[in-house]
Amino acid sequence: MNYFKKFLFVISLLGFAFSTGCSDGGDQTSEGKKTSAEARYLTIKGSDTMVHLVSSWAEQFMTDHPDADLSVTGGGSGTGIAALLNGTTDICAASRKIKKKEMDLAASKGISPVEYEVALDGIAVVVNPANPINELTLEELRKIFTGAVSNWAQLGGPDKQILVMSRESSSGTFVFFQKLVLEKRDYTDKALFMPGTSAIINNIVNDQWSIGYVGLGYTKDAKDKIKVVNVAAKKGSPAIIPSEISVKDGSYPIARPLFLYTAGPASGIKKDFIDFALNNSGQKIVRETGYVAIR
Amino acid sequence: MWKDKAIKLSFLGVASTSILIMLLIFIFLFKEALPFIKHPGLASLLDSKWLPVSFQEERYGLLPLLTGTGLITLLAMAFAVPASVLSSIYIAEVANPSEKEILKPFIELLASIPSVVLGFFGLIVLAPLVKSVFGLNSGLNALSGAILLALMATPTIISVSEDAINSVPSAYKNASLALGASRMQTVFKVVVPAALPGIVAAVMLGAGRVIGETMAVLMVTGNAARITGNPLESVRTMTATIAAEMGEVPFGSTHYQSLFWIGILLLIMTFSLNVVAQRVLKKYGMFR
Repeated sequence: MNYFKKFLFVISLLGFAFSTGCSDGGDQTSEGKKTSAEARYLTIKGSDTMVHLVSSWAEQFMTDHPDADLSVTGGGSGTGIAALLNGTTDICAASRKIKKKEMDLAASKGISPVEYEVALDGIAVVVNPANPINELTLEELRKIFTGAVSNWAQLGGPDKQILVMSRESSSGTFVFFQKLVLEKRDYTDKALFMPGTSAIINNIVNDQWSIGYVGLGYTKDAKDKIKVVNVAAKKGSPAIIPSEISVKDGSYPIARPLFLYTAGPASGIKKDFIDFALNNSGQKIVRETGYVAIR
Repeated sequence: MWKDKAIKLSFLGVASTSILIMLLIFIFLFKEALPFIKHPGLASLLDSKWLPVSFQEERYGLLPLLTGTGLITLLAMAFAVPASVLSSIYIAEVANPSEKEILKPFIELLASIPSVVLGFFGLIVLAPLVKSVFGLNSGLNALSGAILLALMATPTIISVSEDAINSVPSAYKNASLALGASRMQTVFKVVVPAALPGIVAAVMLGAGRVIGETMAVLMVTGNAARITGNPLESVRTMTATIAAEMGEVPFGSTHYQSLFWIGILLLIMTFSLNVVAQRVLKKYGMFR
């Protein structure tokens, strides 16, 4: 009996130690983060479109600087900016400019985000290879994605319903496409909202009469299974294939800059990484991953 | 003895952590959601459109999400309930011990499949199948989601209702058999009616699981926020909305608060389902 009581007592002590240990642990991790940041630890979070690019940069950067330890996560540009403002990431990758709302929030937290333009991205409109449509104008795209046109026959295709596929509203691509192609109108409520670019491509492959939009970088790997539509800025103007040249010279109408953001001017390893992204080898990786280099 | 008291108190403390956590969750949810009441006001949650990111007018109507969750839950239960109740009757009353030994572990195994894996299965196998069977434009719709969710709810319903059937006193059965009723008559006219409250509770617990499920529905329902009763159309559920949008939303914004309202609503729904189910079980002395 005595032993049993002792046993219980030890267990309860352990319980207390555990529960108090937990709260201590929280403080320790934030402290631990500070010290390891000096030991060249860097987190980059943000745009899903840019994850592929940023992790390719990170890989090369870590090979060049063996003492550096980088972690790259996606989640969307908004997630990244929120994380930057909350201090949970060092660099934010964003496929859109920071919004006024977010700048105000940053100011209220005493943070002044600094913007670095690091690459360009074209958004490709993709359909199933069996679809006879090869070109669309921005206006036609707007009609498709707002629901004004719902049958391919209205665009000179076969008499089939158009299945519109969009990214979730957390995606920077969603907002950019909405702003530029939809001219700030709302997406049709018939649009399916896909949790990721790969889900869109997967459905374009499965559903013959669907249409969706993805970052230019993603069309490279899925070349045979999807068809990239040429886009004309206006009716009568030439339809442009999204490519490095057409995005860079501005003739392809659905293109955007990609950014890295830091809280305040970059220093230390953050500066090293951004300098690397902008130098020749960094920009070479931009080309290799299917985006468009800025220099 | 003070030692005994100290130990008792510390054990009580540990045991009531879950209650504390539950309370904290409620308080936290309400704290985050509260500013929404002032602006734009609770009435805007009754809007018919969910358009939280818009350059025109942001709308926070939860109705399409509620009907989406409702439609999927009803459909999933329509598939899951008959199948699982019949299975539980079979396992409890008809199956011989060796059959039981094979069936039970497999049903429990089904419960342990991560929902993302099931969602992936749904996206790759089930959605194309639903698409070709019904000749649709896309297989990403409420039906595909409901089939997957039915798969997830079955283990819960089977094991709880099997417990309920097993807890029917054997005197009932023996009396029925002694009166000359056949085995089937005994099962359906005596055992199942006696176990009915437990089976009802099992169905409610299963429904709670279906309502709260996130990943699988996010992957296969297409997530179009529309009010529809057609199982072959795409729907957006409450859980999928939170999962898809929580990451992006600027902290403290109206959109952020509206997501917390979805959370509150979900919590109330699953909480009340659970409470009612527990009450039913307790009332009829079928508490496990």
